[in-house]
Amino acid sequence: MNAVRAVGEFFFELIIGDDPKIAAAVVLALGVALLALVLGASATVVTTVGAVAVVVAFTASLLLGTRR
Amino acid sequence: MTAADWALLTSTFVASFVECVEALTIVLAMAITRGWRAAVAGTVAALVALAAFTVAAGYALANWLPTAALQLVVGTLLLIFGLQWLRKAILRSAGLKSLHDEEAEFAEQTAAARSAPVRTILGVDAFGFIVSLKGVFLEGVEVVFIVITFGLNAKNVPLASVGGGAAALLVLVLGLVVHRPLSAVPENTLKYGVGLMLTTFGTFWSLEGLGIFRSGRVSLAWPGADWAILVLLAGWFVWSRLLIGWLRRGVDDRRTTVEVAA
Repeated sequence: MNAVRAVGEFFFELIIGDDPKIAAAVVLALGVALLALVLGASATVVTTVGAVAVVVAFTASLLLGTRR
Repeated sequence: MTAADWALLTSTFVASFVECVEALTIVLAMAITRGWRAAVAGTVAALVALAAFTVAAGYALANWLPTAALQLVVGTLLLIFGLQWLRKAILRSAGLKSLHDEEAEFAEQTAAARSAPVRTILGVDAFGFIVSLKGVFLEGVEVVFIVITFGLNAKNVPLASVGGGAAALLVLVLGLVVHRPLSAVPENTLKYGVGLMLTTFGTFWSLEGLGIFRSGRVSLAWPGADWAILVLLAGWFVWSRLLIGWLRRGVDDRRTTVEVAA
């Protein structure tokens, strides 16, 4: 059980790191792009919307972290 | 060698070099405070574990996943790694986070190691062994991941491995020669560059990989095909500089307000 927990903690530290907002931002942005895909948007629209969503989500997570 | 080969070699070398410098600091701190035996044993155990991880992850990624799924998985992970590096680089450049300093990291690690209780297992100091193992494995997994994904994408894993391996060897030799953390390495600048690179490829592959969710399960095509990578790289660079400038102005304004109030 300790080994499973240690492996879980290791991957949490590796992927989530010291700022969970980054992973959340990436999941959110890809979710937006996936929604566009499901709604029937073309590959050009999905990739463009996705890239913009990544930039916006990252910027928001960065600014949330620096807010005082 | 083509320009693409040089780009692959350089990117895996730089990414690996930065991670290895951090691992070296941890191992040196353990070696000096807890003994070389524990530090070396921990490092060797981590390298064995890394070799097993590399074989398993490389085989699984190359054989089990369809191309689009592979791009989605590795792209998402690269994007998360890249944005974490980019976030730190932006905050450091804006003066909101102290620059990464291997000397300070070394001092922190040695202080923690000196205060930890002594407990030996099979004649090896447990604290020094575990910290060295964890440090080398954690930094190593990122290197392995970058080498495998960049290598698979460029269809040249051996060359990517040469880049990663050469950096590890260079750091090892430098560590043996100087016997202290490599604080002269421009680590923050290198991390900024690697962060931009990982973020660019992560954005490109993760969105390409979303094609796994449409009929046919084929990757999505970017407008401009591979040229989109250069556009993304330029876009992330410009946006990161704008964010740095904007955050830095905020820091300067706060300083001015404090000075006026004082």
